[in-house]
Amino acid sequence: MVKVFMPQSLKEALRIRKEEKAIPFAGGTDLMVKRGRLRGLAPYFEKPVLFLHRVKELMGVKFEEGRVRIGALSTLSEILENRDIPLILKYAIAEIASPAIRNLATIGGNICNASPAGDTLPPLYVMNARVVLSSFTSEREMKIMDFIKGPGSTDLKEEELLKEIIIPVEFFNIVFYRKVGTRKANSLSKVSFAGVARLDDGIIKDIRISFGAVAPTPLRAPEIEEEIIGKNKVKIIAKIPDILEKYARIIRPIDDQRSTARYRKTISLKILEYFLKEEIK
Amino acid sequence: MKIRFVLNHKEVEIDVDPLKRLLDVLREDFALKGVKEGCGEGECGACAVLVNGKLMNSCLIPVAQVDGKEVLTIEGYKNTKKYKIIEEAFLEAGAVQCGFCTPGMVMAIEALLSQNPSPEESDVREALSGNLCRCTGYNMIVDAVLLAARKGKGLW
Repeated sequence: MVKVFMPQSLKEALRIRKEEKAIPFAGGTDLMVKRGRLRGLAPYFEKPVLFLHRVKELMGVKFEEGRVRIGALSTLSEILENRDIPLILKYAIAEIASPAIRNLATIGGNICNASPAGDTLPPLYVMNARVVLSSFTSEREMKIMDFIKGPGSTDLKEEELLKEIIIPVEFFNIVFYRKVGTRKANSLSKVSFAGVARLDDGIIKDIRISFGAVAPTPLRAPEIEEEIIGKNKVKIIAKIPDILEKYARIIRPIDDQRSTARYRKTISLKILEYFLKEEIK
Repeated sequence: MKIRFVLNHKEVEIDVDPLKRLLDVLREDFALKGVKEGCGEGECGACAVLVNGKLMNSCLIPVAQVDGKEVLTIEGYKNTKKYKIIEEAFLEAGAVQCGFCTPGMVMAIEALLSQNPSPEESDVREALSGNLCRCTGYNMIVDAVLLAARKGKGLW
């Protein structure tokens, strides 16, 4: 039987992570399935397991100095119930899995799984979220866009744990999220879309767009957003074909069991078109 | 590893592989067969139980994670007045056919009504969205929940 640790403090957890090279176990909703065996048999772990559910420093949502700090072990339900959380993230979480899974699954787990279809990621990309990574000896902070490296791959080092997610609180008067799945509950995204914008007197002061499940990592193209920012919302209508064309060049989905590349590309551009035409007004 | 928790209002202690699924511990070690295994991957809700009052899929929980917590299964719930109301509503609305999903459904309903005693139809559908039923087509179950909420007014 593999060793199992249930530390009470972050310091202890980080020491175990360092010394035992243990597998961090957050909500477990993915690990229990991926590592599951025949019924009756405990899931298989080749390395020691580091349970994090008792580490208080990883829990809870704090609101301070214009930033929301979300402990990595916060469950999706806790985040959904918190009034300080940006709407775009709430919209996405409300469509993840089912109530019972949201009571277990954590935001840190969703991030560290780094699935191209991880539904918290596009909202975190558009909110310019940052992640705080702790090790026994140090702590560092980076943009979530830099942390996610590829399918299932992050910049997390072998002795680190994701401690918290920091989201700057900014005002957007347009907040739009759309998930396309086989059914409403418990489906993984074929495509997801997060779009936020700030309009002032008809001028697009800020716009941020991110797609999920259409590339190895969530897709965001600040250089295209820059071209839209500062323009009048009426004038942008004529530019839509050009904007769609630019995104079409970088949206490169794949065929898999959930959907086809062609469907994903068509639908993600349709949602983008809808966002630019119908929501930006 | 020794795991201690409160199971259906009684303190229990068990020496078990801490990674064993709560579902298997409940069924095999405590013979609570009302907790069903459908898919084993969190999709169907047949194994749903309440942990500290929150609905969770027991197939996704290693037993170590309920150490020190309270677990309620259909067996611990079935002698309550609230359960009786739900049972009657299920009978009246025709919400049970094969019955396999029913224990998980009932736990999901308790989780809903304890938070929201007068739910709208959309709240009910959302609350039951993680529980699959292959017989009824759901409408009768939704009717039963709305009926139970009316009949049990003041109980939740």
